[in-house]
Amino acid sequence: MLLIYCPYCEEERSELEFRQAGDAHIARPTNMTEMTDEEFEAFFFLRDNVKGLTFERWRHLNGCGRFFNAARDTVSDKFLTTYKAGLPRPDLSTLRPATEATVETYEATESNAK
Amino acid sequence: MSGANRIPGAGRLTPAKTARIFFDGKSYAALEGDTVASALLANGVHLVGRSFKYHRPRGIVSAGAEEPNALIGVERDAARKQPNVRATVQDVFDGMKVISQNRWPSLAFDVGAVNNLLAPFFAAGFYYKTFMWPKQAWKHVYEPQIRAAAGLGVSPTEDDTDHYSSRYAHCDVLVIGAGVAGLSAALAAAKTGARVIICDEQPEVGGALHYDKSVTIDGQDGYSWAQATAANLAKMDNVTVLPRTTAFGYYAQNFVGLNERVTEHLAKPDKKLPRERLWQVRAKRVIIATGAIERHMVFANNDRPGIMLASAARTFLNHFGVAVGKKVGVYTANDSAYEAAFDLKRAGITVAAIVDTREQPGEAVLAEARSLGIEVLAGHAVVDTGGKLRVSSMSVARNGGGGARKIAIDALLMSAGWTPSVHMFSQSRGKVAYDAETQRFLPGTYAQDCLSVGACNGTNDLQATIEESLAAGELMSNASGFTASQKLALQGANAFAWTGGMAGAAEGAGPDTTVKAFIDFQNDVCAKDIRLAVREGMHSIEHIKRFTTNGMATDQGKLSNIHGLAIAAETLGREIPKVGLTTFRAPYTPVTFGTLINHSRGELFDPTRKTPMHALEEAQGAVFEDVGQWKRAWYYPRAGEDMHQAVNRECKTVRDVAGIFDASTLGKIEVVGPDAAQFLNLIYTNSWDTLKPGRCRYGIMLREDGFVYDDGVVGRMAEDRFHVTTTTGGAARVMNHMEDYLQTEFPHLNVWLTSATEQWAVIAVQGPKAREIIGPLVEGIDLSNDAFPHMSVREGKICGVPTRLFRMSFTGETGFEVNVPADFGPAVWAAISERTEALGGCAYGTEAMHILRAEKGYIIVGQDTDGTVTPDDASLGWAVGKRKADFVGIRGLRRPDLVADGRKQLVGLLTKDPAVVLEEGAQIVANPNQPLPMTMIGHVTSAYWSENCGRSIALALVAGGKAKIGQTLYVPMPDKTIAVEVSDMVFFDKEGGRING
Repeated sequence: MLLIYCPYCEEERSELEFRQAGDAHIARPTNMTEMTDEEFEAFFFLRDNVKGLTFERWRHLNGCGRFFNAARDTVSDKFLTTYKAGLPRPDLSTLRPATEATVETYEATESNAK
Repeated sequence: MSGANRIPGAGRLTPAKTARIFFDGKSYAALEGDTVASALLANGVHLVGRSFKYHRPRGIVSAGAEEPNALIGVERDAARKQPNVRATVQDVFDGMKVISQNRWPSLAFDVGAVNNLLAPFFAAGFYYKTFMWPKQAWKHVYEPQIRAAAGLGVSPTEDDTDHYSSRYAHCDVLVIGAGVAGLSAALAAAKTGARVIICDEQPEVGGALHYDKSVTIDGQDGYSWAQATAANLAKMDNVTVLPRTTAFGYYAQNFVGLNERVTEHLAKPDKKLPRERLWQVRAKRVIIATGAIERHMVFANNDRPGIMLASAARTFLNHFGVAVGKKVGVYTANDSAYEAAFDLKRAGITVAAIVDTREQPGEAVLAEARSLGIEVLAGHAVVDTGGKLRVSSMSVARNGGGGARKIAIDALLMSAGWTPSVHMFSQSRGKVAYDAETQRFLPGTYAQDCLSVGACNGTNDLQATIEESLAAGELMSNASGFTASQKLALQGANAFAWTGGMAGAAEGAGPDTTVKAFIDFQNDVCAKDIRLAVREGMHSIEHIKRFTTNGMATDQGKLSNIHGLAIAAETLGREIPKVGLTTFRAPYTPVTFGTLINHSRGELFDPTRKTPMHALEEAQGAVFEDVGQWKRAWYYPRAGEDMHQAVNRECKTVRDVAGIFDASTLGKIEVVGPDAAQFLNLIYTNSWDTLKPGRCRYGIMLREDGFVYDDGVVGRMAEDRFHVTTTTGGAARVMNHMEDYLQTEFPHLNVWLTSATEQWAVIAVQGPKAREIIGPLVEGIDLSNDAFPHMSVREGKICGVPTRLFRMSFTGETGFEVNVPADFGPAVWAAISERTEALGGCAYGTEAMHILRAEKGYIIVGQDTDGTVTPDDASLGWAVGKRKADFVGIRGLRRPDLVADGRKQLVGLLTKDPAVVLEEGAQIVANPNQPLPMTMIGHVTSAYWSENCGRSIALALVAGGKAKIGQTLYVPMPDKTIAVEVSDMVFFDKEGGRING
């Protein structure tokens, strides 16, 4: 179970108090009615299923109730940072974890097997 | 005498403290502190089970958690039967009933053993190959047969009468394992003042000190030092010592699951005690001191009862005082097994020979063997064993071939070396690294704030282990913010440093494909099976594992994984790390469901929500139904009435007189602020600017994709205040939906949202006499039709308490919804109820409510809609503001598919036979005579008997439904096909006059 730092409560709380809420930094367009089908598709339906660093929204549902953003690594599940809604993407060049060479996993050995 | 093989003066148990156990009905003497395994061995019982696949006789292999064979059932009573207990970790208690498993009719004579003779037909992967033909036979013949033969043990059929507990704990340093390493680390950490939890799966701390009698620490016998150290730790306020507690799972951010067995070892446990306790520990730092597990030797027929790990034999002797045989052999690739031979020899047991696969065993152990007069056959192999229900001989040959010499024995000890227990480290997502020199996987890259010490870290030497562990204890405490006032030092000594070890098949394990040299005892996987898997094209260890089931039994391959890997690597001609190691997963050892669910059973499984009037409705005879977590009054049967009769009466009474209904579960959200109307404009399809205070409007809420998300009546209490209602099931998610948009998309709007669902009790009064019923109770509100028309809201008093009184209707009748603060709900309900009954009305439940609304074609979001229905599809297009510039879903509604012809639309269905009630969910077709599979054009969403209409009614989603009104469609059912006519959705009072009465 993860510990998540709520940027509003300013403390780490158990994952049980939080709810994931999809990708972050997808602003709802102000010109909704003028969008083409393709634009709407891109805005509403298309999401990247990122392996590695991802930006996502969380809500401190059973706490302060606020939505906030997080940068998380989908491989290690680790939160790199959390920040308040409305703030821009933080610069994570220093926080991004080094890609680890995995010697013993199935994925790593499968390429040899071929 | 507690067993003929108990050696006087040996072991640590007290001879006077006896206990009696029953194994398959036969009584055996045991001592307190015995495990089931040691008690049986003391009585010369080696045969304890049958293997899973071949039903081969099996004995006790280990003395610990890694045991693959000795799985037993422990029975306390009919409800408390625990299958698949490892005999090596279950303590005895007086009167204990133990049963063997996987045999019929008896352990000594098992019919299933025919599988052993049929083994050529049961090669690895045989399921995948054998049961392919004929195709139909899988379902009717093979699968039922296989299912009947599958499974180990028998689960109880009655509910568990014990209770289980759960607790969360936080600490600075969690130490997993209480052997030399764990205790040293805990000691160093505890002295800094850090909060320490130390757990160990065994009843007593000590780990390897249970068997290694040669160890002294600071001049004290190792085992005694361990007990004294644990006792001292337990006295410290900042330390929790948890014996009988297995760390079974290592999760994110140092969250570790522990399973404490509280009463499993007690004959008559106090009913107040939980049987087991789940600990969920969040530790700032974790020290992993889980030791190492001895591997067995892989050779022909290495599975006969009496063949066991050398360290296990040492544990049985040195801790339990039990000799595992009278004339034992040893087969080893490692020095450690010699010490078992020495201990047994000194205890007066004959050691037939030590067979060492190495040409050059360690010098020190060789010298000691010579001085004790034990024959050592270096460079030799055990190529076969004899014996039926217990090993009786071993055949020994020089490595590389030559004549075999048969040596009579009654027990055979084996050791192929030690596998560091990296389970916890690996579960923490640490990456193991392969050490080619010692053929071991050791902790490599750490992923969490933890540290491995001692044998699980590959540290062999005792003093090195102590120093490493003391340093780790201090380091991890420092990292948690604690410092030691003085450095700790401990001096350890032991008899021998061990060398050697091998992984994979030993001499005599093949390549002959008929030899059964077992790698995985529990799943009956032999060396030849791994080779077969490779020959058949499995090149990844993950594929080999699944094809052969190696390591997939309940012991998760604690003995077998490294052997399987080594054999696969050899067959593939690759190095071990290139073949890969399978992933270690939680739980480390099996955890009961009782522990995992602990308190979350029965009423505590999920919260139950009751409305303020629940008790009164119960007294009125209501039958309740579950709606999410809510208990809602379903119907109110009177004497002699069944559900159907009660519901018909309630429906009729509401339309003829009036009824009273508990609508408290409706979601309620107070939307307040200068921008409240603007916010609702964006959230709902409707326009709210034109709604005047004191009036209500039915609103529809969409998702951004244009589909109906929720609906409800919204009352404007003031310019800046709205009373929003949602569906019962939608309350929480609608609140979340609104908060989401308010916080993240429309943060410029000055609005507050407050959930008020449980603050208001809501009593609906519906029917021609509704006004007459509440009239005398209401103060300060003119109830006349002109002053208080349909879809209005007023504030005033009812029964002397404040109310928000809505004039609205979900029945099509004149109706009011009385909102009062929740605490006043029961009193107001009682008063209205009394007047309702006095005037000839009655209380009605959710079933009648559903029918009454369906008679009027009012939809229920989630029943008549399914997340793919637009407002237009549901004939609610009128509620979408045509001139609005924006609302959630405005663009989605214009998607090509949502405006295309032929969409499924909500319509009414009238069965040609008015007595037939359709089934909700039934599919609809246009032509009932078309060939199968038929083209389905829709389904029934709601269907009821309507007493008021005198016939059945139904709502349905039908493709192009509105254009089909008047047409005949068909609902094929298993026994008949029902003809229906498509109609509009209003079945009663089509003119709609009654609502304004």
